[in-house]
Amino acid sequence: MGKTITEKIFAAHKRDVPSDNNVVLDIDVVMCHEITTPIAVNDLKARGMDRVFDPKKIKVVIDHVTPSKDSKTATQAKILRDWARRNNITDFFDIGANGVCHALFPEKGFIRPGCTVIMGDSHTCTHGAFGAFAAGVGTTDLEVGILKGVCSFRLPETMKITITGKLAKGVYAKDVILRIIKELTVNGATDKVMEFCGPVVDGMSMEGRMTLCNMAIEAGATCGVCLPDRVTAEYLWPFIQDEYADIDAAVEAFRKWHSDADARYVAEKTFDVSALVPQVTYGFKPDEVKDITGMVGTKVDQVYMGSCTNGRIEDLRAGAEILKGRKIADNVRAILSPATPKVYNQAMEEGLIKIYMDAGFCVTNPTCGACLGMSNGVLAPGEVCASTTNRNFNGRMGKGGMVHLMSPVSAAAAAVKGYIVDPREMM
Amino acid sequence: MKTFGGPVLFLDRNDINTDEIIPAKYLTENAKEDLKPFILEDLKLPGFDPAADAKGAKVIVTRSNFGCGSSREHAVWVFEVNDINVVIAESFARIFRQNMFNCGMLAIELPKKDIDALFALGSGVTISVDMDKETLIARGSREFTCKFALNSFDKDLVLAGGWLAYADKKY
Repeated sequence: MGKTITEKIFAAHKRDVPSDNNVVLDIDVVMCHEITTPIAVNDLKARGMDRVFDPKKIKVVIDHVTPSKDSKTATQAKILRDWARRNNITDFFDIGANGVCHALFPEKGFIRPGCTVIMGDSHTCTHGAFGAFAAGVGTTDLEVGILKGVCSFRLPETMKITITGKLAKGVYAKDVILRIIKELTVNGATDKVMEFCGPVVDGMSMEGRMTLCNMAIEAGATCGVCLPDRVTAEYLWPFIQDEYADIDAAVEAFRKWHSDADARYVAEKTFDVSALVPQVTYGFKPDEVKDITGMVGTKVDQVYMGSCTNGRIEDLRAGAEILKGRKIADNVRAILSPATPKVYNQAMEEGLIKIYMDAGFCVTNPTCGACLGMSNGVLAPGEVCASTTNRNFNGRMGKGGMVHLMSPVSAAAAAVKGYIVDPREMM
Repeated sequence: MKTFGGPVLFLDRNDINTDEIIPAKYLTENAKEDLKPFILEDLKLPGFDPAADAKGAKVIVTRSNFGCGSSREHAVWVFEVNDINVVIAESFARIFRQNMFNCGMLAIELPKKDIDALFALGSGVTISVDMDKETLIARGSREFTCKFALNSFDKDLVLAGGWLAYADKKY
């Protein structure tokens, strides 16, 4: 019987089978940030195990609260910084070079097809966009990953999500994944991998695929995954050009990871997105999604654009299309946080930053910050935010605040009007 | 062997997420014990007072998809430092469930009818867990006993005292 991409990756990384249901995998990339890693570092130190399994396979960034906002966050950053130096971890990204982990690490070429990735961060599923198995884990899994380079997982079942049709103007990967989560519900993919395929995925950039895979966790999935192809090879080319004669050769080599035609799926779902309109969340769960046309007029106090979901260059370009020559509404404050220094720089070179600033946006440095209500745009009780992030949980961006998740174009349109609006009317 | 059981805190809702269990603003603490006062702080349930109601509880009984959202193990630690080491639910989010076993704590899944039966016991319920026999006994307005099933690897993690101890010996 054929295998799915995830089964192939598991077979290639199997270290141990501790029970019928579990497998321990060798991990290729262990990623760390300053919120979930310091307690692991302190624990390893206390146990007299202050070492790492392979400093080259550990990637570290300070991204959640940066620059530090108080002495506690400064201490977290310092623990991470000192640990990285002590253990000769050279891929360490501090202020000036840091950005949101799930946007920064792909940009650095750290994620390759067929590799295994863990991080103490639930949105690690983003990296499945490269044809990797990438899963968010807790601090203990991270600690063992740092020390031993292994992690345990239950045997994965895969749900095949085929996306067909053609995206209409004003409709993006974010709208597609919100629609899928609505259908699956917040635990519809628990303990499963969501394999995204079909012509719409094939036609998406890596940025779009990362947006899709990023929110797989919001349906409970262990990982999202896309099959690595020419788009993947072209994105990675600067990093893999010494490994392959040309892009064609890389594309051919990546094919070995593709799911076999006779692979077994636990479920198969097809979404025809031709008639899809912009989507938005209305409640406190990411599956509480409706057509934006049903939410028009909802007043917003803040607009936030950024995060590991939608802080990449394509997202900034899309938002700028709406904002060019327009001003944000008087009742709104708007924040743009480009997800990485490279995105920020590119946006400057393309004149996008000026468009955002002329419209009245505050442009911050790359950071996770407001997405999880830690810094850089926390809401007051009763306030409403139109946001390109990934979670609308009660209190997520600040106690008593309300978050409506949407695409960058929908968020930019809300900034201009001061309330939720169908962005297609402004394009 | 570690014992599991005691007074029960009932949380009657599906999809309770880790932001509700421990809000992100407390993730700047670098010692688990410092999380203690903030247990379930952002969980809004009718008549629920997080700090007061969690006091004295050793077991949580809840509905489906418990612990969804952020991977933060702080959601497990905040239970651990409050002496809660068993969560019984219809189902768990994967990362939360793994974090529980990784910390040598118990995440027990029961069918809906058994969860309903536990909720029907009223207040002042106490549960004792027998890991060997994979049985739990709940005492409230009456007594209710049911079986549960643990994955053998998850059981090994609990017996080893968590994933780090297990992995350090084996890998």
